[in-house]
Amino acid sequence: MGVRVKTRPFGEIEINEKQIIDFPEGILGFDYVKKFIILDSHDNSPFKWLQAYSEPELAFVIIRPVDFLHEYELVISPADVEAVEAESEEGLLVFAIVTIPANPKEMTANLQGPLIINPLKRIGRQAVSLSDKYRVKHIILEEMENAAKKG
Amino acid sequence: MLVLARRINESIMIGDDIEVVVIDIKGDQVKLGIKAPKKITVHRKEIYNEIQQENIAAMSPDFKPDMLRELSDYFDKDKNGKKGKK
Repeated sequence: MGVRVKTRPFGEIEINEKQIIDFPEGILGFDYVKKFIILDSHDNSPFKWLQAYSEPELAFVIIRPVDFLHEYELVISPADVEAVEAESEEGLLVFAIVTIPANPKEMTANLQGPLIINPLKRIGRQAVSLSDKYRVKHIILEEMENAAKKG
Repeated sequence: MLVLARRINESIMIGDDIEVVVIDIKGDQVKLGIKAPKKITVHRKEIYNEIQQENIAAMSPDFKPDMLRELSDYFDKDKNGKKGKK
């Protein structure tokens, strides 16, 4: 079933009902929003939008951590995996929320609170990383430069 | 709030299956051990606060969605760079 939804990046669009993902706990700081949809930004862009289903102005830019940090590992509690009704981390979609400051080149990704989504059940959650390596601000372009240097 | 005094190696039980042990006390710092079932998440409270603040920062309305196109170009360059190395 197609439903119409107002979005921050694209105005009103039609989506399939099956694109709606439940976030039963919401997202920290925005826990009144429980339903989101994921939208592509542009062709070949690693960025996507996590758009609140009922709040047109509320949309996060997200990116898969492996798109800028190839050796990224998801390290989270089994409780987080269970919360999205998954049996293991395999098959989960993982995204980081991107913060884009006045100078967009300094954009950062939040790897401390990765988003995990069980695509089969369409349930999502902001997990908490258990690894000391991951913080709330990783400068994306810097991480990519470092990786390029390492070769 | 319930307040209990405990010494080193003493513990408290929360429900039937969560135990919090005082491992060590040095100055103003307490080292706690937490035994809990796997399904219980235990994190320092600051971490939640940091994630929440970062989520709010990420929602800045100053950012124009159109700018993403430009930022995406950095990733294309990355891919080209790799191809060039081969």
